[in-house]
Amino acid sequence: MTEQLDAGLVAQEIAEHPDALSKPYAGGELGRGRRRKEDAKLVTGQTNWTDNITLPGLLHMTVLRSPMAHARILSVDVSAALEMPGVIAAYSGADLADVMGASMPCAWPVTPDMVSPVHTPLATDEVRYVGDGVAVVIARDRYAAADALEAIAVEYDQLPAVVDMEEALKPGAPLVHSEKGTNQCFVFDFPGAGADYAETVKNAGDDAVVVRRRFRQQRLIPTPMEPRGVVVAPIAAADEFTMWSTTQIPHILRIMLALTTGIPEHKLRVVAPDVGGGFGAKLNVYAEEILCLVVARKLGRPIKWTESRSENYQATTHGRDQIQDIEIACTKDGTLLGLKVELLADMGAYLQLITPGVPVLGAFMFPAIYKMPSYHFTCTGVFTTKTPTDAYRGAGRPEATYAIERIMDELAAELGRDPMELRRQNWIKHEEFPYEMVAGLTYDSGNYEAATDKAEQMFDMAGLKAERDRRRASKDPVQIGIGISTFTEMCGLAPSRVLGSLSYGAGGWESASVRMLPTGKVEVVSGATPHGQGHHTSWSQIVADSLGVPFEDVELVAGDTRSSHKGMDTYGSRSLVVGGVAIHKATGKVIEKAKRIAAHLLEANEDDVEFGGGTFSVKGSPEAKLTIQEVALATFAAHNLPDGMEPTLDSDYVSDPENFSYPHGTHLCAVEIDTETGFTKILKYVCVDDIGKIINPVIVEGQIHGGLAQGIAQALYEEAVYDAEGNLTTGSLVDYLVPAAPDLPHFDTGRTETPATSNPLGVKGVGEAGTIASTPAVMNAVVDAVRQYGVNDIDMPATPERVWRAINGEGSARATAGTVAYGGTSTGSTGGAAADEALDDNRSAL
Amino acid sequence: MIPAQFDYVAPTTLAEAIAALGAAGEDAKILAGGQSLIPVLRLRLAFPTTLIDLSRVSELRGVGEDGDVLVIGAMTKHSDVIEDPLVRQYAALLSEATSTVADPAVRHRGTFGGALAHADPAGDLAAVALALDAELVAEGPGGRRTIAAKDFFVDYLETSLSPDEILAAVRIPKLTGDWGVRYEKFNRVAQAWAIVGVATAVRTEGGSIAEARIGLTNMGSTPVRPHSVEAALVGASTREQVVAAAASAADGTNPPSDLGAKADYRQHLARVLTARAVSQAAGITS
Ligand SMILES: Cc1cc2nc3c(=O)[nH]c(=O)nc-3n(C[C@H](O)[C@H](O)[C@H](O)COP(=O)(O)OP(=O)(O)OC[C@H]3O[C@@H](n4cnc5c(N)ncnc54)[C@H](O)[C@@H]3O)c2cc1C
Repeated sequence: MTEQLDAGLVAQEIAEHPDALSKPYAGGELGRGRRRKEDAKLVTGQTNWTDNITLPGLLHMTVLRSPMAHARILSVDVSAALEMPGVIAAYSGADLADVMGASMPCAWPVTPDMVSPVHTPLATDEVRYVGDGVAVVIARDRYAAADALEAIAVEYDQLPAVVDMEEALKPGAPLVHSEKGTNQCFVFDFPGAGADYAETVKNAGDDAVVVRRRFRQQRLIPTPMEPRGVVVAPIAAADEFTMWSTTQIPHILRIMLALTTGIPEHKLRVVAPDVGGGFGAKLNVYAEEILCLVVARKLGRPIKWTESRSENYQATTHGRDQIQDIEIACTKDGTLLGLKVELLADMGAYLQLITPGVPVLGAFMFPAIYKMPSYHFTCTGVFTTKTPTDAYRGAGRPEATYAIERIMDELAAELGRDPMELRRQNWIKHEEFPYEMVAGLTYDSGNYEAATDKAEQMFDMAGLKAERDRRRASKDPVQIGIGISTFTEMCGLAPSRVLGSLSYGAGGWESASVRMLPTGKVEVVSGATPHGQGHHTSWSQIVADSLGVPFEDVELVAGDTRSSHKGMDTYGSRSLVVGGVAIHKATGKVIEKAKRIAAHLLEANEDDVEFGGGTFSVKGSPEAKLTIQEVALATFAAHNLPDGMEPTLDSDYVSDPENFSYPHGTHLCAVEIDTETGFTKILKYVCVDDIGKIINPVIVEGQIHGGLAQGIAQALYEEAVYDAEGNLTTGSLVDYLVPAAPDLPHFDTGRTETPATSNPLGVKGVGEAGTIASTPAVMNAVVDAVRQYGVNDIDMPATPERVWRAINGEGSARATAGTVAYGGTSTGSTGGAAADEALDDNRSAL
Repeated sequence: MIPAQFDYVAPTTLAEAIAALGAAGEDAKILAGGQSLIPVLRLRLAFPTTLIDLSRVSELRGVGEDGDVLVIGAMTKHSDVIEDPLVRQYAALLSEATSTVADPAVRHRGTFGGALAHADPAGDLAAVALALDAELVAEGPGGRRTIAAKDFFVDYLETSLSPDEILAAVRIPKLTGDWGVRYEKFNRVAQAWAIVGVATAVRTEGGSIAEARIGLTNMGSTPVRPHSVEAALVGASTREQVVAAAASAADGTNPPSDLGAKADYRQHLARVLTARAVSQAAGITS
């Protein structure tokens, strides 16, 4: 057909170079385990990391950071630094006060009266955590810039550190932000969408069984492989700027930089080049981004800043850090009555982009997969003199999932029931979907039975239980514990109206453009920004399948606000569910347009034209066919289009999800505990995840594996520790233990497929599932192994020392099973003395 | 993470290296594999004026024999120590312990001499040197002297080398006869430093222990040799007897309490791990 189209020069070129034309679509792209397109360049070192970018006249910035957790800055003297060879400039916070903006943004005021302290990119009056920026040096090379930091003289007047959340809330406690008069950032109260919790339990009278626990979500450090970095190139004459940053969110960053610095949005281009992992820690607007920008503007020279790992540990946001007081109630037959959750959430010293929103997001996930009539959630945000917290893989959902899945096991122990049986009794049955939860969300779909049955089969539950019981009976020094996590999560952030109702500062849509080029190749532009997830591959598969073009013929354009001009970026397992769906819908619009043109060219009625496998054909005339590439060429040439039709074949779509998606699954873990040393080894790990339809099973497997590693790391290895003076004592990878391959078990992964009904691809998202589900599975297994010694909880990470001490009666079991008095009834058992005390503490809170 | 400026010298003979060290004065540092020194420089915890890189001094590399003694050049890399047939035959404990050091990248740069000269009590190899009665050969402007391992490790990161001396070689008496060895390293993740380590070499005669050598890692500011346990083990042939002897493994020790573990837990581990290491080395299973 090509000749007959007479598309002029391009057609002639294609006729002479037949290879330039696409091969026909072979089919089967969706669900195909394609190798990732992006890997060839990653493994051959042709990656464009921010730190690889170099520009003529580039200057290097270093940041002098506070060695103290809390101090008043008396003076900053940069004069000696300015004398050092190669140094171009040095600025204190005061020197930049008029250009660096009034405060860095927090986009999520979770309550109207939230305390939101001023947060300048460099401290001007007080430093509030170890790592808080005090001054910057700009030099010709990074060596000179590092040397000159030593020459800056800062006088501090030390103030008391605030490290413990409960102490921080006591009257008379030293204040992180004295001008605010309190360390309390907010209290978010959410009574759920069901009945009143206290009433419900009271009404059950003697039939109520209540269990409470205090769980600690330790502070975690996200630790992406690539620390952060920024390069800013100014065009001084035009007052225009290009910023390359190791960010997950170039689009949001551009808006925030414009608002903060006053540089007009259209004069700013933000690029996320290749980014080596983020895990939420690059979902932010950071001081160094603003500093590079304003210094580049001031000096008219390009500026680079590259973070060291030690800086990354202090100056990049941390994750988790909550104290969770949770109470669950059921009737004596095990039917859940409700859940009450009281959280303390450590904000750190300042509010970063979504610091307060992270624990609040968890509010919707505590009831998880269980039916219950009542629910009450409160969260108190607390300032401390520590690195600010913010999103970390799962953001709010791992915390919630941990608490509910742990306490379900505790409730089962209290009732003397099998923990899986108790879950089965209370979870939403497959035929009950869609189901409106007590936390207000409507779950569109799910099949907890199928995932659980499959997982139990893969796990050999019966065999492992028998072995566990045998070792218990024989008092084997190596004991076995079995742990369950039947989890769900909310992904695909998010319907814009829901975000609005939660006072979040922006929407949750995603944009896509699909452009068919004259030669039949396809560029797909996405507002979701990849930083390791494999977007290039998955998006190509979606486009190839919709348009019927070869996988190789699709290229992704993303991560640059100039070429991908609108987007909401990548976090919260949203890329596929929101961005992928936008792409799918944009391809639909391309096909719609192409069909009209094909009908016109084939001189057929549009209703008679069918599209499949990349070819338009006319019903009843098998000869009359045009490939979509041929239509693209004809549309480009525009010699013969229907009247009023715009030339070129491309389309945009902005997709705002109608609901969240709800991946779920069942994770089962067996651990071996060496009771002589307390060492925990994972014996077997099985997970069956239901993430709906799968685009690329290899990428899915990679996401699950990485997620499991991080979730298991929270259970057993990682913990950011501060001393009483507010020093981060786990300041490097020597002390902050990130597990490597030898420390992790073989992952036995399986899947069930219950398509999401809220989007046309039936997809749910997989980026966080492994992290969210695995932590409670491991900890339930650890506690199961040692419950026989009277232990009912161990703080995370369950280090060998903690486990050993718990076994030997020095346990960190700080809470206990017990029935709390509602309306005069009180039965139940209690644990050790520490536990009694904790129970008393909890009682007084009632 | 950028070190302060320093001068760099790369001699090719030991004599040149000693001369360079003398010439560079007080603030010079020897650079071996750099696996401990470079991190210290990058964190700006030390500011040497000159680094004297020994990596081109070939006479300091390799494993040889001197009668009943194995001679290991200070600059022999961990990876070479692990593979060396002489070490495997006569000091198998050293090759086993060295294979637990860090990860392959570190083991292909770090050196045996560097690890001993650094004298980190959490390092695995000092306890081995102590247990095997190694002697350390130091060379300086005043000539050569030999220091027994028990006199070499003075305190945390401190040895009896004087600032103008270079550790040239380590002499390890060959273990001949029916020796079994075991290095029990307890750490939370596989590539981490030891919380406690127990190095043991045990000679058995007719199923019972005739001679035991034990070195403890990270149980004090220097490696520890629990002689009383060694003595109590003589004649042991059952697991119960081994456990009883190991019960005093932590006696008199003063281990650190730090992020890795509290002192009492370390002492507990020393007892448990000593019993395990000895049982395994001696092939005592019940
Ligand atoms: C990630 C990581 C993990 C590690 N884990 C472990 C572990 O689990 N167990 C363990 O035992 N070690 C571990 N190490 C340390 C490793 O074994 C080092 O190689 C060793 O401690 C130092 O050896 P080096 O050759 O690198 O010495 P360098 O770092 O070059 O030098 C160390 C010190 O010794 C001095 N020195 C070196 N050679 C001589 C000499 N011939 N004469 C006089 N002075 C000398 C130097 O001046 C310096 O002060 C680890 C290191 C890293 C980076």
